[in-house]
Amino acid sequence: MFLTKEQEDMLEGEEGEVIQRLFRLLVRLGDIYGADRMIPVGSVQVAGVSYKSIGDPGLDFLEDFADKGARVRVLTYLNPAGMDMKNWEEIGFPADFARNQIRIMEAFRRMGIVVTATCTPYLAGNLPRFGEHIAWSESSAVSFANSVVGARTNREGGPSALAAAICGLTPNYGLHRDENREPNVIIEVDTDLVYYSDFGALGYHVGKQVKNKIPYFTGIRDANTDQLKALGAAMAASGAVALYHAEGLTPEAETKNIEGIERISVSSQDLKETYENLNTGDLPDIVILGCPHASLREIAAVAEKLEGRKMEKPLWVCTSRVMKEASDLMGFTSKIEAAGGKIVADTCMVVSPIEQMGYSTTGVNSGKAANYLPGFCKQNVVFQNLDELIGRLTK
Amino acid sequence: MKGRMISPGRVDAEAIVSREPIGFYGGIDANTGEVIEKGHQLEGESVTGKVLVFPCGKGSTVGSYVIYGLSKNGVAPAAIVNQETETIVATGAILAGIPCVDGIEIDSIDTGDRILVNADEGTVEKLE
Repeated sequence: MFLTKEQEDMLEGEEGEVIQRLFRLLVRLGDIYGADRMIPVGSVQVAGVSYKSIGDPGLDFLEDFADKGARVRVLTYLNPAGMDMKNWEEIGFPADFARNQIRIMEAFRRMGIVVTATCTPYLAGNLPRFGEHIAWSESSAVSFANSVVGARTNREGGPSALAAAICGLTPNYGLHRDENREPNVIIEVDTDLVYYSDFGALGYHVGKQVKNKIPYFTGIRDANTDQLKALGAAMAASGAVALYHAEGLTPEAETKNIEGIERISVSSQDLKETYENLNTGDLPDIVILGCPHASLREIAAVAEKLEGRKMEKPLWVCTSRVMKEASDLMGFTSKIEAAGGKIVADTCMVVSPIEQMGYSTTGVNSGKAANYLPGFCKQNVVFQNLDELIGRLTK
Repeated sequence: MKGRMISPGRVDAEAIVSREPIGFYGGIDANTGEVIEKGHQLEGESVTGKVLVFPCGKGSTVGSYVIYGLSKNGVAPAAIVNQETETIVATGAILAGIPCVDGIEIDSIDTGDRILVNADEGTVEKLE
């Protein structure tokens, strides 16, 4: 790989041991994946934040690197933590878990990382431009940035994202390059998509079939950013789709040549079967919305549906700290709380220890959550649209 | 034997060989360097100070942090030699500064062999 004189110096250790180790990591990964050179990144999003995911080994590593003086060079955000960083006690997160989670966040803060912990950084102050090179980790955020914004990122691991943040560089391979952003399968959507959960079901169904290919959707008449977020998140979870195009909806779609590539059609029957397959539970012990983190529009919709009603089971709406502030301002939070629900910030059901909190069946409207909850949180899943979930569990 | 440098350095030490993949998270205790995965070929053995030879990594990406922890706690292997190093082990070895070489035909190495790992050159040599 070609390195500039300044980059050679980093590799030789002239900028200290921390930079040397982390830059060596980027260079080796670049060699393994066939990168030709290093490129500057505009922003970073780091995964591996929840104590549930990284445990003591991750905590020790992060504290050690913070102690050694590691500092980020570009705007860097975090993936969700394992709990709400402000209201953890009230919501019922275990105290020993909380102690370790707080230490992790403190280590990140010392490195200069914005400790806004969210899988939707683009809704919380970290929004790349079209074509910008970035190094993000969280699979749904990677999908949104690549597909909906048209920025360029591979799906980074926690350490490689941290290395990109601290060196300000990433190796030029994969989705950073034009030739790797071409679609290789057409998805003809031959059914109406109404609910947020319909987009999740479609994404789950497609991701399972196309694995890590780049799908090109036709037949989706309209979709807002919340719905595209749901689609991309589910595809990245059930498959490894890091980039998709959608005719008339995403910025790179019209530049792509789709002649002669494989076609897969999706019918209403396919979606119905996907709902059936994802439903492994009967009556939820808890309903958790906001996977990926809810936008203000989604929070407002939940608040409106709950008006004058009472939840019979706990309800969490997971979101970023930034969206929670706006929800508080607009009175959405108090409406949800009046119905017995909670807005939970900084975390999500997948990376929080809900299985230790006495829940065994979770109701969700997210294809991504329905994909992960059985494995990561040992939950049975009820996967339905918002009207069904709330209608069934309110008086 | 000539392979590829993953992480630089040069050491000679005794080999400990696993014919099956190693998952570091839940597989090796970062405080003691002992293999703790139930039913693993190396269960109960220590990797500390040895050339750890195995085909490839497996399991959780947190394994990278476990490799770093082994080094910080002074119980790391002296070097790692793989058939193919995937990103979990590569990341851990580089962050920890443990010499690491891949692309090596590991069938010809046995536990107890004395091995010279020259990761800078990407070579692994059996010493008599």
